[in-house]
Amino acid sequence: MGALLVLLLAFPLGVGVVSYVVPVRVAKVLAPVAGAGAFALSIALVPSVLAHGHISAGSELRVDSLSVVFLIATSFLYLATGVFSAGYLHLDAGPTGARYGRRFYAGMNVFCWAMLAAPLVSGLALLWVAIEVTTVVSALLVAIDDTDTATEAAWKYVLIASMGLGISLLATIVLYYAGTSVFGAGYDLSYAKMLAAGHHLPPEVVRLAFVLAVLGYGTKMGLVPMHTWLPDAHSEAPTPVSALLSGALLATSFYAILRFYQITTVAVGSTFPRNVLLVFGLASLLLAALYLLRQRDIKRMLAYSSIEHMGILAIGMSFGVTLAFIGVLLHVLAHAAAKGTAFFGAGSVVRKFGTKDMTLLRGGVGALPWSGSMLVAAVLALSAMPPFGLFRSEFLIVSGGLSDPRYGVAAVLVVLVMLAFVGLAWSTTQTMLTSGPADVALQATPDTALQATPDTALQATPRVTKGEVSPWIVLAMALGIAALVLLGVHLPADLSRLLDHAAHELSTP
Amino acid sequence: MLAHVPSTTAGVEDVVAVLVLLTEFAMLRGPLLRSQVRLYAFQSLAVSVLAVVVAATRHVPDIYALAGLSFALKVVIVPAVMMRLLRDVDVDLAGSPKLGVASSMLVALAVSVFGFFAVGSLHFHSSLLPTTTLAVAFAVVLVAFVLIVLRSDVVSQAMGFFSLENGVSIAGMVIAAGLPLVVEMTFLFDLLVAVVAFGIIIRVHHGRSRTLSTEELDRLRG
Repeated sequence: MGALLVLLLAFPLGVGVVSYVVPVRVAKVLAPVAGAGAFALSIALVPSVLAHGHISAGSELRVDSLSVVFLIATSFLYLATGVFSAGYLHLDAGPTGARYGRRFYAGMNVFCWAMLAAPLVSGLALLWVAIEVTTVVSALLVAIDDTDTATEAAWKYVLIASMGLGISLLATIVLYYAGTSVFGAGYDLSYAKMLAAGHHLPPEVVRLAFVLAVLGYGTKMGLVPMHTWLPDAHSEAPTPVSALLSGALLATSFYAILRFYQITTVAVGSTFPRNVLLVFGLASLLLAALYLLRQRDIKRMLAYSSIEHMGILAIGMSFGVTLAFIGVLLHVLAHAAAKGTAFFGAGSVVRKFGTKDMTLLRGGVGALPWSGSMLVAAVLALSAMPPFGLFRSEFLIVSGGLSDPRYGVAAVLVVLVMLAFVGLAWSTTQTMLTSGPADVALQATPDTALQATPDTALQATPRVTKGEVSPWIVLAMALGIAALVLLGVHLPADLSRLLDHAAHELSTP
Repeated sequence: MLAHVPSTTAGVEDVVAVLVLLTEFAMLRGPLLRSQVRLYAFQSLAVSVLAVVVAATRHVPDIYALAGLSFALKVVIVPAVMMRLLRDVDVDLAGSPKLGVASSMLVALAVSVFGFFAVGSLHFHSSLLPTTTLAVAFAVVLVAFVLIVLRSDVVSQAMGFFSLENGVSIAGMVIAAGLPLVVEMTFLFDLLVAVVAFGIIIRVHHGRSRTLSTEELDRLRG
């Protein structure tokens, strides 16, 4: 079984390197194949993790139920993004297009590799390294379009995220110091070991490490007030990268926080870490819900929705009961599928209409019968509508919260989620379900170019012909919707047990 | 706790650590980008020297290797990469800071005093370095934050981040000297990758706007 872990670690990296040398049309096929392989490997880990509790390979690789949940979320999105990219990228035939394609595919695979490596490693120091690698690679991917705004977003992202990671490195070092009182000066900083040492760790030091970790990794997770890089990077990156950033990267940073949460809970009890997460969670949810009400840019809207969902995750953890933890972990899976699908839909719309400005977009579903409708479905899923997975997960989180004596928080959570729903649903129905020029005059005008002219305020709604941009985009979105319905309607038995195990690991480490 | 007179080695370590902090202050006011990079090289040199002192006096031979690596990377390679970049883009002056020299110094002083006493109140005990050094390390990190916030050009901000990493390195030496060498080397390798990424994005920015200033980076809002 340990061999599976090594394979899962080596495979995407290999594909990334190969993608840089082979022609782009080969890389185009390799990416979804690698994604499918990673997804299959992650699923294959489930039975033995359920049977043995954890699997390890050597002293560096170790997964338990909690890690497998994140592996499944990331690898699913890797697969879907691979499929989507095949339809989304329109590369020039010349050398510029080939160079862009090579960089994009190499970067995307390495990015996914680093995100898969994070839950695979047993050491907290290596976890930090994996997350730092995701920052570096994804910052370059954000800059890849080489526009003024993309450069600005990439700079803010790399600087703010690196500063955050500086803080989380400090957190790792401080936690290491906490362990020296138990293990002596030189030892391996693995989370399993720290959990075992739990009660003997000096509480003050562990508290400091936890706060630094939430500040540091929280910067990458997009918790308010360290979220400022997030809407920029998500809106300016190429859409496949936006989907990965939002659905997988934020969750990976959340995973790091969960490991610190586990250790802190054993060392000082759960009240302290729960209160810290509650503060950041509420701030994130509140700010995101307000920004969602007045957002014009479709990709920025989805970015703020990510902040909202990260807030929900943090609040879910602050409830401190197993039921809410199951909800939180299911939320990670469902959010990956829903946000990926929503970004794919937004990408399709942007390709079709040539603008991200929602005040100009009209008649989306008319022009894009499949991807447009699925975008509406994904947005409804993000607003926690049944029958999608996020309904079930938020339901579990709120029921967990109502069992807490502070049930007021659960009520606030529901109100803010409703507020976010109004913002999301209003903008989406205005753009997608209205009748646009596409319905009125189906003229044979060519699809507008991707780059909208700066002065969009004076433009009318772009006229487009009816028809999908690419069948690959539709396929990628269908995958996401299928996963969302499956998670919402009929949770597979093994997955349900996996979530159960992982939630117990969080509550009684 | 008993009051005690610090030993000579402890004194040496403190002096080097304070030198690192003073360099951070100098970086905060340096108007030339080149001097910024040189100051960073000097600061990294001080960090490497501190590592050698720790390795020699506390008999932790692993740290010699770390000192060597950090010298090669942070005193030679990173400054060389940044100098080359500055030569290519041909810009000398740093962007105008958001506060005057005197005010930025006051802000930096205030945060470093805060960092110093905040760490003091945590009661860390280290067998390797005096905890004063740890307090200085936290002060370096905080002043690096001030530097990044107040400077308005991409090179200064990048140098601020690298010097923040120097502060974290010192903290690592004080309280986590036993951290396995492999891990420490991975951290350094990671820094190298980060430098490359920063370099690429700085070049792209300069290529598009013909300036290193961050003043124009305000298009994305809301």
